Amino acid sequence: MIRIGVPSKGRLMQDCFDWFGARGVVMRRTGSDREYSGVIEGFEGVAPVLLSAGEIPRELAAGRIHLGVTGSDLVREQLGDEEVAEVAKLGFGQADLILAVPNVWIDVETVDDLDAAAAGFRKAHGHRLRIATKYHRLVREFLQAQGVADYQLVDSQGATEGTVKNGTAEAIADITSSGETLRANHLRILSDGLIHSSEAVLWASRTAEWAAADRAAYAGLAAKLGVAARPF
Amino acid sequence: MTPKAAIRAEGERFLQAFVAAGAVPVEADILQPAGTLLDLYGEDIRARAYVTDDPVRGEMMLRPDFTVPVVQAHMAHGAEPARYAYLGEVFRKQARGSGRASEYLQVGYEVFDRAAPEAADAEVFALFRDLLSGLDLRPVTGDIGILMAAVRGLDTTERRKSALLRHVWRPARFRALLDRFAGRAPVPAGRLALLERLKAGSPAQLIEDAGTFVGLRSPEEIAARAEALVADAGTPPIKAPEAALLYDLLSLEAPAAHALAHLRGITSMLPAIAPAVDRFAARLEALSAKGVDVTTLAFEASHGRTALEYYDGFVFSFLKDGMPPVASGGRYDALTAVLGAGAFIPAVGGVIRPGLVARLKGAVA
Repeated sequence: MIRIGVPSKGRLMQDCFDWFGARGVVMRRTGSDREYSGVIEGFEGVAPVLLSAGEIPRELAAGRIHLGVTGSDLVREQLGDEEVAEVAKLGFGQADLILAVPNVWIDVETVDDLDAAAAGFRKAHGHRLRIATKYHRLVREFLQAQGVADYQLVDSQGATEGTVKNGTAEAIADITSSGETLRANHLRILSDGLIHSSEAVLWASRTAEWAAADRAAYAGLAAKLGVAARPF
Repeated sequence: MTPKAAIRAEGERFLQAFVAAGAVPVEADILQPAGTLLDLYGEDIRARAYVTDDPVRGEMMLRPDFTVPVVQAHMAHGAEPARYAYLGEVFRKQARGSGRASEYLQVGYEVFDRAAPEAADAEVFALFRDLLSGLDLRPVTGDIGILMAAVRGLDTTERRKSALLRHVWRPARFRALLDRFAGRAPVPAGRLALLERLKAGSPAQLIEDAGTFVGLRSPEEIAARAEALVADAGTPPIKAPEAALLYDLLSLEAPAAHALAHLRGITSMLPAIAPAVDRFAARLEALSAKGVDVTTLAFEASHGRTALEYYDGFVFSFLKDGMPPVASGGRYDALTAVLGAGAFIPAVGGVIRPGLVARLKGAVA
């Protein structure tokens, strides 16, 4: 039996059900509104597992689910190509991971400026310029690739836009879709500060056990969904 | 012998050789305070070192190298001159699928000596050469001091020079800055737009107009950099002949004696490198005196310019295709100044990876 992890609630769940439904694979929740269980109708050998979107990367990596739908931001932050393969981009759940600085930093427009500002900041304040984020790996890789120095990442698991005003960070890296929260917190996105363009993706686990029956079931599912027959 | 025992035995052999060369054996804690390492290497070290948490001591790192604790111990209570040797595990996270070890033995030798830095460089290199002879390794040398001297001697603003010096160990960034300062790369669109906006009013006014002030970076700091940007936009590019010399230097790869002749040739056009070239010459003499053939010894001016390094003078590696460097080292005078809180001592040293040596000898798979 192929286990496919799908988001258990909200807009992401509905969009996900719609995407599969449009391709003739009807998913729905069963039981009461509060019970996290679901079924797939009209298709044998595949069982949905309703999970928090944030836990789906971990379950994919552990091989407890064969397939999973979740944001590319979460997977790229936590996993590597050895653990998962991208099966298909689903075209919803779009959001950008971006770098933002106070709007009053009139001298900072690009990552290059941020690097220079960080050098000055460290000299003036005796510590490295702090960037609040929960996406440590993606942000570090982005800044390292650009050769930015004299910064440090500080962990922020929520309300990240407020950290600058609250004095716990100088800049932030966070997910935004409209940018309204950023503006409300007097922040501005750097013109080349797009770290990752995230969207919902169907992933396949490389660590799950794919028995012959699972592979056959996957082939049928892939044909119906119109996605790669052998993603890995 | 188990592979680990065989590797340790190999390490012990090197350690004894270092002691025989006059080094005092020293130990270092495996758990190192993260703060010092983060201050030195920046956030990049987190991608390489294992970070853990101590309820009392705070954030700690599993020792990514010995240099920092050995320098700290020397600065705290060492007599001069001093030679130290050590043997122990270091821990480095490796990229997925790289197949490289994340825990391995390092055996090292460090010399703290004010009297004759070039002789100390040659002493370390020749000692490593002797200990690694018969393994068919390819030695490569370099000298980051020459590059730094060339940057310091450029006919441009202090601001541009310090921007270049700050990124000497990040070659891609360094190159991008140099291209811009030399007028070889166009000013990025984002910078042009920014300069245009900065013309619209005084920095103080622009900051005022930008809305609610948030953050620790003060209006004075912001205004100062805005003014510096405008001033920098009016700075003429580094003159083409001078820039050409620097590009030439970045890509200089030749046998050491030949490289010296080449550097002597360009010193008249780049006089600031003269002292660094004299030191290079003195080092080659010291190496020759140790029996190193400098007419064949590989020299690469950009050798050792990688992230997470701190060398600022002589650098060397002993290489084998398909392996990480079997041994590497160099001079790190600036590091002792940073760690010594004002105190400073010239220092040079290097490490060997006994695990790789054991593999080359066929002692382990």
